[in-house]
Amino acid sequence: MSTAGSRIASFLGGAAARFGKVPWREIREEAFDRAVLVLKAACFVHVVNTYVVGIAFVRGPSMLPTINLTGDVVAVERVSPRWGSLAVGDVVILLSPENPRKTVAKRVLGLEGDAVTFLVDPARESASQTVVVPGGHVWVQGDNIYSSRDSRQFGPVPYGLIQGRAFCKVWPPEAVGLIGQKL
Amino acid sequence: MGKWSTMWLFTKKSVTGALIGLTISDRYGFIVPVTGSSMHPTFSACDARFPGYLKADVVLVEKFCLEKYKFSHGDVITFKSPTNHKQTFVKRLIALPGDWVQVPESSEILKIPEGHCWVEGDNAACSLDSRSFGFVPLGLIQGRVTHVIWPPQRISQVERKKAIERISPH
Repeated sequence: MSTAGSRIASFLGGAAARFGKVPWREIREEAFDRAVLVLKAACFVHVVNTYVVGIAFVRGPSMLPTINLTGDVVAVERVSPRWGSLAVGDVVILLSPENPRKTVAKRVLGLEGDAVTFLVDPARESASQTVVVPGGHVWVQGDNIYSSRDSRQFGPVPYGLIQGRAFCKVWPPEAVGLIGQKL
Repeated sequence: MGKWSTMWLFTKKSVTGALIGLTISDRYGFIVPVTGSSMHPTFSACDARFPGYLKADVVLVEKFCLEKYKFSHGDVITFKSPTNHKQTFVKRLIALPGDWVQVPESSEILKIPEGHCWVEGDNAACSLDSRSFGFVPLGLIQGRVTHVIWPPQRISQVERKKAIERISPH
């Protein structure tokens, strides 16, 4: 009993001594440094993603055949919308005017002041309509005019909703390639 | 040698600071001076050009509300102008999607479409708002103004003011 007790006591004493020797201060400082480094990296990623280039996952039927039905990952550059150098034919990523939590990909078919002619309902009739895009707005349409909810329904969209220009497909591997301008 | 290393350190620190600052202002909130007279008396009227610009009220804008786009009637919001994406406006949110709103100085009653809102300045006589450019897509909203933080004598929370008599909820 006494030997077991003394053994336990010596073990605890040794543990306490070891515990006391752990360099807590250094560990704390190093943990803090690492955390700051991670924070800086996260900020860097955020800034690059918001101001230079990011990626987006696009799916749905509206951009067939440019973007696949099951979804492609596209690279999005944020510079040209900010500089106002978007051109007719670019594929853009924008916040949906009907639901701000949804992001959609469409092709720009008219900038401010342009006259755009479009088919009202291509599946049923051949009636077309022409509108002039008002200042500060763009006209966007999906490539698949039969299954796309776009400016033909909700009208021209404000330029401020545009989040970036999709310029390149990066995934899946067999689809990798630049997204060109198309009229 | 010492001079160059000091300069290098200084550059590194400034770049890091800018990155952290940009991230915070993009994700959580920022401060911005409010110029123009459209929100008088909530924010004091001031000139948009240089000398008057310094007297502008500085406000705190939070962006947490953008996570779910949850707004209340009467919130003061900042948003990109629908007609010029480089301009940012501060106005009061009058009606939300699905509401019916009566347009001031006319008997017209409009239904707010999905994903849009109706905004007006507090100073109706001198404000460019939904009465001229119509509904504003919620996606243009940049944040919600919560406090006036400068000048010191005007430090206060920004209150909600509802225009109950003019809107009827869905």
